[in-house]
Amino acid sequence: MADPMKIRAQMKGDICDIKILMSHPMETGQRKDSDGKVVPAHFIQSLSVDLNGKTVISGQTGTSISRNPVFGFKVKGAKAGDKVTVNWLDNKGDKRTDEATVG
Amino acid sequence: MNIVRRNLLRSAGAGGALAAMLAAGILKPTAVLAAEWNKNAFEAKDTAGAVKALGASSAAENKDLSMTAPEIAENGAVVPIEVISKLPGTTSISILVDKNPFPLSASFDFAEGGIPEVAVRLKLSQTSLVKAVAKTADGKFYTVQKEVKVTVGGCGG
Amino acid sequence: MRQSIAIVGALAIVIGSLCGQAAAKDAATAEFDKFREVMEDSNPAELFEAKGEDLWQAKRGPKQVALAESCDLGLGIGVVKGAYVQMPRYFADAGKVMDAERRIVWCMVEKQGFSAEELFRTPFANENFTPEPTSLVTYVAGASRNMKIAVPISEPHVQDTYQLGREVFSFRAGPYDFACATCHGEDGKRIRMQQLPNLAKKDEAIRAYQGWPGYRMTGGFMLTQQWRMNDCFRQQRFPEPRYLSDTVTSLLTYLTANANGNVYKGPGIKR
Repeated sequence: MADPMKIRAQMKGDICDIKILMSHPMETGQRKDSDGKVVPAHFIQSLSVDLNGKTVISGQTGTSISRNPVFGFKVKGAKAGDKVTVNWLDNKGDKRTDEATVG
Repeated sequence: MNIVRRNLLRSAGAGGALAAMLAAGILKPTAVLAAEWNKNAFEAKDTAGAVKALGASSAAENKDLSMTAPEIAENGAVVPIEVISKLPGTTSISILVDKNPFPLSASFDFAEGGIPEVAVRLKLSQTSLVKAVAKTADGKFYTVQKEVKVTVGGCGG
Repeated sequence: MRQSIAIVGALAIVIGSLCGQAAAKDAATAEFDKFREVMEDSNPAELFEAKGEDLWQAKRGPKQVALAESCDLGLGIGVVKGAYVQMPRYFADAGKVMDAERRIVWCMVEKQGFSAEELFRTPFANENFTPEPTSLVTYVAGASRNMKIAVPISEPHVQDTYQLGREVFSFRAGPYDFACATCHGEDGKRIRMQQLPNLAKKDEAIRAYQGWPGYRMTGGFMLTQQWRMNDCFRQQRFPEPRYLSDTVTSLLTYLTANANGNVYKGPGIKR
């Protein structure tokens, strides 16, 4: 499985502030390596943010997202101790799931 | 998996029938991810094409849809953009970089509990308008844009 | 091409200090600073910190030993918290003053049995690869987050190394007769969009230290102070310094000790 994400889920009033750092090259498929060969496209295409097992936010992404993507989301209806799970899937079929407890 | 369900999943994940099912809480997370990537929208070579593939008809500016973006980005490789929609019933936000080879960078759908406020970091190939398109539950579209200048870095740092 | 960049660079310094463009460019710098804060709040460097922690804890190498149970970074075997900001320091077991990266690699070779040759072959990260020492340095540096820089400068070996570093800093060489001091020895200089701190001054020396190791936005990978020194030499058109050499350690000792007393904010983000 791919390298783990870092997820921070923090209550700010009654809103849960979520910050996600993903480890991914997000290759556009247009970059040439030092030997002149094109590095094939390899990027996250979809992600979901789940609160206690239910998807609250889903997204699709393209190659214009930076390498090692960082996303910020906000969720309501969460409280300290709840579980936030983030999933992603890339164009090669690689995937990753990580979770964090709301603080 | 039955045919109906498979076809629904195949429909455009960004802004399509999937979004409605997501909002209704019908879909499981794994199904969300397996939904077919909206190739037409993400591989559109101009903003107009991407917006069309997202199913977004004419979008109006509205003060309730805002964007925070740097006037000058220190590095085009990592440009922090935040989009906030205070429009009631916002179901999705899409973000496009006008001058990028493929303008559509991301599209997010919000179900019950998901607040329509997102922060992303984008690659900008050059100075460009960054545009956000938001969709509300009544099927209307709204837009906001900001120009971000991209500079060449120096030797240090 | 590299030659013209150097000339343009030298000209930019001169032009930058002569023209009134300074005001407009400072507005850009202010904008950069504002968004740097946003970036540093969630910094991909954290991913490398996490990786470094795994590497520190695991039994690895031909000797199947963990750095956590064998490596002394100056504060005792396995003690990581606060160690980064107290290096470079003298290590009696090695008979040398060492900076953090040099010490970590020393531990990997001596304690875990890794091949020095292998580690020296690809010391710096690129788009496709991050060397293990880089992740380890990031982890160790992170463990000194919000702590005061405290190089033990009164210790005789460190003092000698500091003086050597000061000499190296002003030593003119290479085809352009540059020294570190050429770019970093005067106030208010800039190359293109990067401000050049006057590193000989105590209150500006912190700017050489802060933010390293740093996640570099260009390319998206983690770089350390050893890399930064190497790249400065390249930009001066000096011969490449040997990785982890005494020359590099002496420069790092000089620069870091000059910043003693400042609070280190941890791994940063760089252009």
